[in-house]
Amino acid sequence: MNKHVELKNHQREIYYFRLRLVVSIGFVLLLLAILLARFAYLQVVRHDHYQTLAENNRISVVPIVPNRGLILDRNGVVLAHNYSGYTLEITPNRTADLEATINELSTLVEITPKDRKRFRKLLAERRNFETLMIRSRLSDEEVARFAAQQYRFPGVEIKARLFRDYPYGEKTAHLIGYVGRINQTDVAQLEENDLAANYRGSDYIGKTGLEQSYESELHGATGVEQVEVDSGGRAVRRLSRAPPVSGNTLVLSIDAKLQEIAFQSFGNYRGALVAIDPNNGEVLAFVSKPGYDPSLFIDGIDTQSWDELNNSPDTPLNNRALRGQYPPGSTIKPFMALAGLHYGERSPDFTIGDPGYFTLPGNTHQYRDWKKGGHGSVDLFKSIVVSCDTYYYGLATDLGIDRISSYLPRFGFGKKTGIDLEGETSGLLPSQEWKKKRYGQKWYAGDTVSVGIGQGYNLVTPMQLALATATLANNGIGYKPHLVRDVRSAHIDENHAVSNEPLFNLEIKPAHFDLVRRAMVAVTQPGGTAVQAAAGAPYHIAGKTGTAQVIGMKQGEKYIESQVQERHRDHAWFIAFAPAEQPRIALVVLAENGGHGGSTAAPIARKVLDYYLLGKVPQPLPDAAGKEDEEHD
Amino acid sequence: MTRRQLWLRFIVHLDLPLLLGIALLLLTSLLVLYSADNASLEQPLKQMLNIMVAFTCMWLVANLPLHYLMRTAVPIYTLGIALLIGVALFGEISHGARRWLNLGVVTLQPSELMKIGVPLMMAWYFEKHEATLTLKNYFIAALLLLMPVALIARQPDLGTAILISASGFYVLFLAGLSWRVMGGLFVAALASAPVLWSMLHDYQRHRILMLFDSSQDALGKGYHTIQATIAVGSGGLFGKGYLKGTQTHLDFLPERTTDFIFAVYSEEFGLIGSLILLSLYFFVIARGFVITANASTYFTRLMAGSITLTFATYAFVNMGMVSGILPVVGVPLPLVSYGGTSMLTLMLGFGMLMSIETHKKLIKT
Repeated sequence: MNKHVELKNHQREIYYFRLRLVVSIGFVLLLLAILLARFAYLQVVRHDHYQTLAENNRISVVPIVPNRGLILDRNGVVLAHNYSGYTLEITPNRTADLEATINELSTLVEITPKDRKRFRKLLAERRNFETLMIRSRLSDEEVARFAAQQYRFPGVEIKARLFRDYPYGEKTAHLIGYVGRINQTDVAQLEENDLAANYRGSDYIGKTGLEQSYESELHGATGVEQVEVDSGGRAVRRLSRAPPVSGNTLVLSIDAKLQEIAFQSFGNYRGALVAIDPNNGEVLAFVSKPGYDPSLFIDGIDTQSWDELNNSPDTPLNNRALRGQYPPGSTIKPFMALAGLHYGERSPDFTIGDPGYFTLPGNTHQYRDWKKGGHGSVDLFKSIVVSCDTYYYGLATDLGIDRISSYLPRFGFGKKTGIDLEGETSGLLPSQEWKKKRYGQKWYAGDTVSVGIGQGYNLVTPMQLALATATLANNGIGYKPHLVRDVRSAHIDENHAVSNEPLFNLEIKPAHFDLVRRAMVAVTQPGGTAVQAAAGAPYHIAGKTGTAQVIGMKQGEKYIESQVQERHRDHAWFIAFAPAEQPRIALVVLAENGGHGGSTAAPIARKVLDYYLLGKVPQPLPDAAGKEDEEHD
Repeated sequence: MTRRQLWLRFIVHLDLPLLLGIALLLLTSLLVLYSADNASLEQPLKQMLNIMVAFTCMWLVANLPLHYLMRTAVPIYTLGIALLIGVALFGEISHGARRWLNLGVVTLQPSELMKIGVPLMMAWYFEKHEATLTLKNYFIAALLLLMPVALIARQPDLGTAILISASGFYVLFLAGLSWRVMGGLFVAALASAPVLWSMLHDYQRHRILMLFDSSQDALGKGYHTIQATIAVGSGGLFGKGYLKGTQTHLDFLPERTTDFIFAVYSEEFGLIGSLILLSLYFFVIARGFVITANASTYFTRLMAGSITLTFATYAFVNMGMVSGILPVVGVPLPLVSYGGTSMLTLMLGFGMLMSIETHKKLIKT
């Protein structure tokens, strides 16, 4: 019985077992089918997709950054160039203890507190898988020392890079500007202009000056190299290469030596100087003083240096020549005189008796001449030579603000000169509408009076005044001022010289010009306001001095220079062109708080003119902390 | 004894069809390892050593008569449980998991032992109670399974725990556990899934979640899956050619000589290659089923079936994981991935299959 049951069980068991085995085989086949379906899906249906992904994995497109274009002066002197140097760089996420690593590094390579500060700033700004520079410009010895110890510093490496260098430093800082690391704002701008692709791999972009204005010429075209990389990003082999195209070389109209002499001629004065070739608008010198060391900005300035520059009362970061706005003072007078002649309000022999002040009809307020007691009998010629204020109070009143504000813009006042530098300010030429808009007040006759001597509301930039002076020197034919003469392509033999077409012709009567020019020459002759500065010059200088008030004087109060704080002293102006008969150079000098145009600004101009016209280098290179004398303008 | 007799004596307990399938897979392993190791002979040579050791063990087991095999069940299982408890108490922590036991001389991973030990024990238990099987016996067998699985799962080593569960489940299934009970268990498992989920470690959850969107963490945990899938997919129909897989040779594939070796193979040999490999596996599995079907005793049927199904499961889980349809659990591709331990365990299993096949006549007579 027992045996029977067991046997029956056994057969049934075998049957059930075989059944289960069949199910198992079915199960295994199902699993294999699932796999096969998956493989077919990946390897056939989605093959193209994964093929692309694999290629993207494998092939890395590496940008090759082009060499930035050089900037040369008109004689080929280098003003901005690249040199190769070594930097020490850290990849933070490959470094265990950043602070300890830097401390350890500082035993091999000098790392100043400034370097550390700058590194911390970079660290805060950037993602930590990027390599960040801790030291630049390593010496050969430092490179060797680190190389021997490199194994101790994972994530730290030495890289060879090209650096931007400005041999003339602060002397050309406001002209050349500087490049700096590309920041978020730059990236946004590049993307907006569809240039982001060309900046792949680029670290630097022009931030100010010509570096900024000519960025598109200087940067060049980024090359591309396709390399096969492994998962660590190491290049295994090169697949293809499209070489980069170096940036174009800028050849400036600037004369580097002239620029240097002009800069140094200021001595301790702050100020600006712009010299233009009146025959074509080429800018020969462009100085804003004080300058600053542009190299500080290239890799991110440290906070200490930034604070020093930014908080300095001398405002070294302010481009005075381009953006500084000052009352033109008496330098406006030759232009006012031309306006008077143009509208027939004054004839060359119209003469006034100057009592030393001017009053408006029906008003007792006295507009004082700078010379107590006045200049006696003054015609137009003399009004320029002695800089008679009373004459111009009357002239401005007779012209009226409307005619003044429509005539002066012909010389470029009140609007940008269009020089090839970004950030220019437009000065201010007041008008009735302007005052209404700005102050909501009507224009008073008294407002016009002070406009006549370049005080009051009107403001000019040194650049504007330089353009006006150049236009004056060139008989009213004006050229757009420009710094770049020539853009040279490094690869193809191609120059595009900047055209020198005249921008406008004022078509002013030659007799009017002649009169004003003769008067301006007389300014630098005995009896004129700038006689000392021109003494002994073997060529004729046509000039005009000016002072721009920094603080207002109350009625009846006398301006005594020695009693006024240095920073509240008047700004000294001098505009000039020479040789007066056939002008080759027109310039404007502004010496901030310099007092008198004749005694501080004019001597600076003289040194520049002497070098440019005679090749005379001031010996010793000037200290222009000029003697102050009683002369006034 | 002549040389021929000696040779016959040597191979008498080897199952030649099974041996052929295994040999072809091992050959594939050496071939792919050479490529995965960037055309270096280092890993293929070491793997040859692993193969020789494992082959010797297989031969020994194949020559072991079945009653000896049965007799090892209880000692192996008991030792395994003891070692697992030892691991839980004194185990060494590596990569956040306590899996290894340092015995001074050697370090052991007792969970490997249980891959054989658990089905062996269960099959032994069913053989013991063959005549009077009731639901209670299935319950006890299930306990025999769950005890080591629980210990392994809390190491934590979810992959091994699941695979051992699978091999134990196959024993239960083949032993005739009723469909109704299995259905009930299935529903219960689904119901308890949220509870199980809450018991998982973060990294385990992460791996499962990664299946649904591996791109979320492309440089982290998802990297393995993404790169492996790219390797497989970019292989296409015919593959990129031997030694020409870019994912492999440019170092994008992680763990490419071990768990992800299938991606190397598939990238270089394409869908055609994958089909060949699947066929090889199926050949071995089919032979396993034939041996199972012919097995003479309850114990050997259960054991042979479980070994065969487990082997199939390993292959499926590994290839599923590499091709991105299963989570990344540390399961090597059987017989192909580099590694001595898994090779040894597998070959012991095949030794048993051979023993089952070649000793059955003796029992019948």
